Amino acid sequence: MELNPQTNTGPGIDIKNAEKGMSPTKIAMKRFMKNKLAVASVFILLLIVVVVILAPFLTEHNPTKTNLTLIERPPSEDHLLGNDSSGRDNFARLIYGGRISLIVGFSAMVFTLVIGVVLGSISGYYGGKIDSIIMRACDLVLMLPFLVLCLTIVAILEEVNVTILVSIIALTSWPSLTRIIRGTFLTLREQEFILGAKAIGVSDLRIIFKHFIPNAIGPILVNATLMMATYIIAESALSFIGFGIPQPTPTWGNMLSEAQSLRILRNSPEAWIPPGLAILITVLCINFVGDGLRDAFDPKSNRR
Amino acid sequence: MIQYLIRRILVFIPMLFALTVIVFALMQAAPGDPFSQKMDPNIDRAIYEKQREALGLNDPIHVQYWRWVTNAVKGDFGDSLIYKGRTVADLIAERFSNTINLGIMTLLITIIVSIPIGIYSARHPYTPLDYGATTFGFLGLATPNFFFGLLAIYVLSIQLGWLPSHGTVSKPGIEGFELFIDKIRHLVLPSLTLGLAGTASYMRYMRSEVLDVLGSDYIRTARAKGMTENTVLYKHTLRNALIPIITLLGFEVGILLGGAVITEGVFQFPGLGTLFITSIGNRDYPVIMAINLMLGFFVLLGNLLADIFYSIVDPRIRYD
Repeated sequence: MELNPQTNTGPGIDIKNAEKGMSPTKIAMKRFMKNKLAVASVFILLLIVVVVILAPFLTEHNPTKTNLTLIERPPSEDHLLGNDSSGRDNFARLIYGGRISLIVGFSAMVFTLVIGVVLGSISGYYGGKIDSIIMRACDLVLMLPFLVLCLTIVAILEEVNVTILVSIIALTSWPSLTRIIRGTFLTLREQEFILGAKAIGVSDLRIIFKHFIPNAIGPILVNATLMMATYIIAESALSFIGFGIPQPTPTWGNMLSEAQSLRILRNSPEAWIPPGLAILITVLCINFVGDGLRDAFDPKSNRR
Repeated sequence: MIQYLIRRILVFIPMLFALTVIVFALMQAAPGDPFSQKMDPNIDRAIYEKQREALGLNDPIHVQYWRWVTNAVKGDFGDSLIYKGRTVADLIAERFSNTINLGIMTLLITIIVSIPIGIYSARHPYTPLDYGATTFGFLGLATPNFFFGLLAIYVLSIQLGWLPSHGTVSKPGIEGFELFIDKIRHLVLPSLTLGLAGTASYMRYMRSEVLDVLGSDYIRTARAKGMTENTVLYKHTLRNALIPIITLLGFEVGILLGGAVITEGVFQFPGLGTLFITSIGNRDYPVIMAINLMLGFFVLLGNLLADIFYSIVDPRIRYD
């Protein structure tokens, strides 16, 4: 047999001794720091964040300013990645666009997290009728494919901006996180320390915040992280087909939509490959961090 | 078991009802009415009201809902607001088979690629090929499918000229076997693109499932009895490892249909996805709602089939 369980117990015992007296979150963080891929990903993500924050210092071009004399120009010393079909500087659009893409991904994640934690805790803590109502609501939202539902809502609305797009994403994708949190809470609910807390008269809200959420922090954190990656892809996909953030605001997705013109696709790969790679690298790093967190919080995985 | 099947099918009916209510509610939330886009603003109010009355737009909401549902069951979704004089059913029928072909081709590629690689990775873990597959898995899940599609067109179609990048047939007038090959060639790039994420995730599932099963006691027993490695692999391991994978395929329907919208857009592939995108752009609500209803129906059906299949192939599950 290729898998030898014996080899795994050695480091397991070591970690147990070293971790004595530490809180689960601290243990997880310590394990996370040992995962080189995840730590490297954190650094790359930080670098991306710093670059998009410092965008005004890295380029003197305005990402939304059109210039009819520069339409679809090839790269030059002044315009590193050339210009798009309206003569806007592609390099400036790339780094300013990162701001919008990351903001949409991050805020949608926070918004979903709030909905998911609130509904998930109510559902998992109280159970019964309110639980089945919330779960049926989840089923209803999950009936239509996520992107299809987003697009349908876009068609109903007059216009889309960052706030609206974030709300649409959050309001169409909360069920999966809600279900995960509910599941975690359901198992916690049956444990003795919760019974103990209830017996001495701790209020429901305090039990949820002091006992449930800290104990469920692992799955919540892992899923929130992986979700952010999904949202960045969703934003870019919607912007790509022209129903996300409207022009002239740059995002990585609507930079790529330029490549829907066969001429730009063929002649100026420097215009559409960088934003695509930017999405790919960001999402890849977020996924590595998410997987790293999963391994770190999983009590069963004390190898690696 | 039979009881479970009946109960599961009975759950399907209220879900279907809920789906029609949601779709109808979304349509009611849309601004304007069928006339807002084609109406001359100077038209007489009385004529306008008469037309609304004739179409039943002033009826109470449940009457309108019931009329819409009964028509939808008969396959009548009304007329498109944009394509003059064409019914929604007509527009959908024209595109439907293309999307189905794309879906089938995608599933075939996903299964043919992901399952053997997953098995290989699990049997030879931590070998160069396993690492390669894992890397591909991570990249495949992180690449937005439209970006992969653009890269595929750029490299395979523009630079190398191997495959066509747009549409479903290259020229009218070819038939028979030649037409079949031509259609397949047009399907390759879109289905590779649509299947990328699925292939990557099924490969990972397959690897971990096979690893799980290979580590279980009954496999040790089978080996101890002196069975050949092939018997152990194909008779015992695969049968058990494939159960969750095949079930997941049922849930894949929604992901596939959602992804098809974007992928078809990249390749200007004349399927339901591109029809959906143009209808969103034109605010052609009857078409949008009909496609929503159809996609929702297929997702529910996929889930139903997955549940039924699961209960048949896995006798360990008890339903009471």
